[in-house]
Amino acid sequence: MQASTLNIENIRSDFPILQRKVHTSKPLVYFDNAATSQKPIQVIDAIRNYYLNYNSNIHRAVHQLAEESTAAFELTRDKVAKFINAKNREEVVFVRGTTEAINLIAYSWGRQNVHQDDIVVTTEYEHHSNIVPWQLLTKEKGAKLRYIGIDDHGELILDQLDEYLDTGRVKLVTFSHMSNVLGTISPIEEIIRRCHKKGVKVLVDAAQSVPHMKADVQKLDCDFFVFSAHKMLGPTGVGVLLARKEILDSMPPFHGGGDMIREVHKYETTWNDLPFKFEAGTPNIADVIGFSAAIDYLNAIGMDKVREHEVELTKYALDKISAVKGIILYGTPDMSKRGGVISFNLGDIHPHDLATIIDEDGVAIRSGHHCAQVLMERLEVAATSRASFYIYNTKEEVDVFIRSLNRARELFRI
Amino acid sequence: MSSADIYREIILDYYRNPRNYGKIENPDISKRDSNPLCGDELEMHINIKENKVSDVKFTGKGCAISQASASMLTELIMGKDFDYVKQLTKEDILENLGLPDLGPARIKCALLSLKVLKYGIYSYLSEKLNDTATADKIKEEASGLF
Repeated sequence: MQASTLNIENIRSDFPILQRKVHTSKPLVYFDNAATSQKPIQVIDAIRNYYLNYNSNIHRAVHQLAEESTAAFELTRDKVAKFINAKNREEVVFVRGTTEAINLIAYSWGRQNVHQDDIVVTTEYEHHSNIVPWQLLTKEKGAKLRYIGIDDHGELILDQLDEYLDTGRVKLVTFSHMSNVLGTISPIEEIIRRCHKKGVKVLVDAAQSVPHMKADVQKLDCDFFVFSAHKMLGPTGVGVLLARKEILDSMPPFHGGGDMIREVHKYETTWNDLPFKFEAGTPNIADVIGFSAAIDYLNAIGMDKVREHEVELTKYALDKISAVKGIILYGTPDMSKRGGVISFNLGDIHPHDLATIIDEDGVAIRSGHHCAQVLMERLEVAATSRASFYIYNTKEEVDVFIRSLNRARELFRI
Repeated sequence: MSSADIYREIILDYYRNPRNYGKIENPDISKRDSNPLCGDELEMHINIKENKVSDVKFTGKGCAISQASASMLTELIMGKDFDYVKQLTKEDILENLGLPDLGPARIKCALLSLKVLKYGIYSYLSEKLNDTATADKIKEEASGLF
């Protein structure tokens, strides 16, 4: 009863962690992929190989180790550019993660371009990382932060975007390509089209989408596009900020330090070329090289296959979970507008109690507000439980999950 | 502890039918706290008369463990000497809940009620009774809980 599109057995054998047992004897069912994915042995080996054989700082030294590490580091940049179809490799800036990328944009571009009474627009289903930096910026500047609301299916109400755009004061519209709680896929092309018609810049938080579906930033024509390696089989501590070259050129640096300079004098400094202007200090070399292996792994499978597998698995899971007595599901039933994420509640069981109970059966899900308290307020819940899937998850695991939910239901006498 | 041991009838009963749920007008002690990791919230109101707890109520939202713990704690301290309430420990709370071996992932849920209680007593002692020595000791105990 495997999902038919991928050779799951082969894939699973590449992930050593999936072989382990939890709570003494239970096979691990890892359904917390929206938080972070597991890592294949290829990624772990790439990091190990770097430290064992060519650990060295990049870009400056002329010895052989530095040549090798610089080449491997910069090769990753090429792979990232190709993976999301960026126009130039110079537009790919390595950062620590999506959160740092958004903060960089708010600090550098935002401070230069957002002024008093200007408007920054975000949405009700954003992660805190796409809310708090804009609160900081708009408060500092006397600007306004506005939210595009969601309807009862968890889809954005685009009429509200038009109302904001009509004020003529909007400087930036920033939103998740895919909600980390509801799994809703935003109508990204439509939003960008409406914003660009008014000359408004767009930031796409692609942390939840790039790991799960094909991305083409040239086709999307967005201004800023950010994501993290660790949700797409790569290591933690690596993220990507992609922006149009002319925008990056116009932006002041974020951090000052080594590698981001051309010439430093006592009172004046000139900046290095892109993307190095935004990469001050020794970067996370080992993990960027590990990320390279993660991209190779996803390319070998093919992103269309990844998406197909997740659609099939999510459909199967939605079908099964709907039949659990007392279940409350959030998000759209339309799989063309949804990723492999299921947020739910079960009767009056608090998500933390639920997660504790099903963890005993080896099932790892997330419970809580998922760093999306604005959305929790909108849904009028304190918290939800969330199961999120990836390439190595199976229908058999979904069955274990459903059995475990029923055990929780019985324990709580629902 | 297995979840069958945790989610016994009595815990579920206190979760669904919390005793002493509500607010007191102008209480002697009023304290609110939340657990930033999970968003559990708890507010406790207490009146002290003749060095005894004359009334106690709580409101909150959160998991069964946190809410049952708070409700059971209010029952434990109702009518008791304030000196007894001041010296309550983590072990007392877990024993009162019937969950002496709660694991690290959930122990904060059980102890949020004691944390709120201790911070409430701290404010009361330092602001209303000017007993800063005892207040500081209790504050230290509260911050050491988790």
